[in-house]
Amino acid sequence: MILNQFLFLSAFLFCVGAYGVLVRKNAVLVLMSIELMVNAVNINLVAFSLRNDNVIGQVFALFVIAVAAAEVGVGLAIVLLIYRNRSSVDLTEVSEMKG
Amino acid sequence: MFLAAEAVVASHLESGPLFLSITWVLPLLSFVAFWGILGFAKRFGRESAGYIGIGVIGVQFVLACGAALQWIARTGPSGGAEGGHGLREPVGHSLTWYTNGPIAIKVGTHIDGFAVAMLFVVAFISASVHVFSREYLRDDVRFTHYFAALALFTGAMFWMVQSATTLGLLLGWEVMGLCSYLLIGHWWEDTDNATAALKAFLTTRTGDIGLLIGIVITFFAAGQTFDMAAINEAALHGKGSHLLWLTAAVCLFAGVVGKSAQFPLHTWLPDAMAGPTPASSLIHAATMVVAGVYLVARLYGVFWAGFSIQMGGMNLGSWVGSITLVMAALLAFVQTDIKKVLAYSTVSQLGYMVMGLSVGAWTGAIFHLFTHAFFKALLFQAAGSIAHSGSHHSFDMERMGGLRKFMPKTWITFLIGFLALAGVFPLSGFWSKDEILLGAWKNHFGLALAAGLLGSFMTACYMTRAYWKTFEGENRWHLVHDEHDTHAADPHEVVAAHDAPHDEHAVSHDGPHESPLWITGPLIALAFMAAVVGFLQFPGRSWFGHWTENLVIEDTILKAGFEHKFSVVLAIIASVCGIGGLAVGYLYNKVWNGDLGIVRRFAPARIAHTTLKNKYYLDHLWSGVVIGFIKGPLAKAAYWFNQDALDGVIDGAGAAATATGRWVYRYVDQGVVDNAANGAGTAVTGLGGALRGLQTGKVQNYAAIFVGAVGLIALALVLFV
Repeated sequence: MILNQFLFLSAFLFCVGAYGVLVRKNAVLVLMSIELMVNAVNINLVAFSLRNDNVIGQVFALFVIAVAAAEVGVGLAIVLLIYRNRSSVDLTEVSEMKG
Repeated sequence: MFLAAEAVVASHLESGPLFLSITWVLPLLSFVAFWGILGFAKRFGRESAGYIGIGVIGVQFVLACGAALQWIARTGPSGGAEGGHGLREPVGHSLTWYTNGPIAIKVGTHIDGFAVAMLFVVAFISASVHVFSREYLRDDVRFTHYFAALALFTGAMFWMVQSATTLGLLLGWEVMGLCSYLLIGHWWEDTDNATAALKAFLTTRTGDIGLLIGIVITFFAAGQTFDMAAINEAALHGKGSHLLWLTAAVCLFAGVVGKSAQFPLHTWLPDAMAGPTPASSLIHAATMVVAGVYLVARLYGVFWAGFSIQMGGMNLGSWVGSITLVMAALLAFVQTDIKKVLAYSTVSQLGYMVMGLSVGAWTGAIFHLFTHAFFKALLFQAAGSIAHSGSHHSFDMERMGGLRKFMPKTWITFLIGFLALAGVFPLSGFWSKDEILLGAWKNHFGLALAAGLLGSFMTACYMTRAYWKTFEGENRWHLVHDEHDTHAADPHEVVAAHDAPHDEHAVSHDGPHESPLWITGPLIALAFMAAVVGFLQFPGRSWFGHWTENLVIEDTILKAGFEHKFSVVLAIIASVCGIGGLAVGYLYNKVWNGDLGIVRRFAPARIAHTTLKNKYYLDHLWSGVVIGFIKGPLAKAAYWFNQDALDGVIDGAGAAATATGRWVYRYVDQGVVDNAANGAGTAVTGLGGALRGLQTGKVQNYAAIFVGAVGLIALALVLFV
């Protein structure tokens, strides 16, 4: 069982996703990066599921995919509204919540 | 539907007669009606909401009557005091709602004689209210919503009176609170009505805090169960200390004080008159305000043990009940709005019930609940009938008078309700009130007895005054007619009358007249009940007591020997009080020239009148001092810290606060409260300032902090675990 390879791939994807979330200015790209992170987690779930011969991990991955779809739906709606209001999706400009 | 039908058949085979086993259908039907009316009524035309409501309550009425008859058959023939005992075991079903470890939380029904009597009351009153409303609110803008709320309200009542657990009871209790909020604020365009609805809701919620705590206490005290039979059992048979049950009883009693409008939280009920009159009738007569009384009667074991009722001597319940019944009767004497007279009268009668339960007159108290439902619903609906066709939508008694000639049916029915309320032999109020007084007397509650007799005198007095102003003397219709636009109590009806004139209203401009059958029909039915139900407790037979006494009562009242034989002496004394009240009321109106005469001539009367007019200043106490105390200092403290606590503290604060807030600030607030608040405020301000830098508003900064924190936690896990 080549568990390590899966885990390395997953860690790599997660780091790429985290990097994207933290530094990209474009809100759409940030959402895509979040997808990368979520799917990195899915790879982990499936890998451990195979390794432990337990199907629960794969079922859980399906749930994560469903939740991620919902999350992207909400996220894109927010981005769309931001774009309508400001004609830009630059996240660094959106700081109305500043305390 | 098939599932439900199968369940009905199954339960019929399992336990008890059919109608007693399917009482759970009653709230279900109301719930279906609620959604049906909201969802579909408008498609079938405006009027259909009323007909759906009336149809459903009709079915429920039949079911409730069936349950009552089967219960009567079950308990066997009544032989009076020495009669045989039929089957008194309750019929019940329960479901496990959810299981948490070893504790199974159950909901279910618990049908005994008391519950059946309540089901009958709710069905009867609600049916009369539905029929009455169909005409009374015919042109209302929110006709559909009104009937939907009425259905939900009725369902909550049905649900509450048959609940087997305190949780189920609480659910019905709160849904009723919600519905009364909706109905009181039915005409919310007028700010006063919206405020009254909010006041009703919040005041009862205040008491509910106690109720919640009480439910939690009884849950643990009875060995982790919400089942009311088990709680009563635990309270009566020596589980837990007396202090425990006293605490539980006092906490539950706080809920009763809020819901049943006992002193000092009674102020919401008269304001609740802002709602449509049939809704007031339902709130006052069926189990909304008597929910508190119902709670005491249902968890009687807890109160019996907690208040040591068996010992005699005044307890919390009998004090509160006695104070309420006298105080509210006094207040009723100065009202000019007929609905407010009736509202204070309800408060007073609720005081009777609470007092009756607390002096060990259980049967008397719930019998009074039973009879009061009929005559109070009757009085309210008669007042509604007057407003509808006799006084141009005004409840101001100054604008009525002499209606006897114009509205004969309303007059006769009101008269029956009035005499029943005043406790005149042989109408229903006489029997039930007498039984409470008998209990207070024989169980050695002297003060409660005195308060009860005084209250019965005053009840007769103020009701005579109200009756006189409404039906006797000369008619003051034209007084109304000249200025009816400014004095309308129900703005929507007046608007509707102008927008869409129809026969009744077209006639109404010519003078007072009798209401149509939709209104007088319920009045006559209620008047019949108000006149005759008293005979259910006829001395020597006492059917009502026989039907309703349950196992808890056998364990408390009967064991302690608190069931007494009818006393002719007391009946005569009480009647003298009642008749004396009628006589004084008559003199007051006829000879002493009513309110104006006596107040003008007699200084102490003037002072008393002013105090009563201001409702003992209790509203001022609540909204001025208490709320001011909370609102003023706290609001000011916050403002102060915003200004960095450096300058203009008192000036700035004073400008921000209300006048009452200022008063409280100056006299109450300078010492401890302020210093404590200052310290807390400074600390919070400092911390807030420090944390403020983190709130850049940039989502990626938050994400970075988040990722960093997760990384640190992961590192800690790797290193230390």
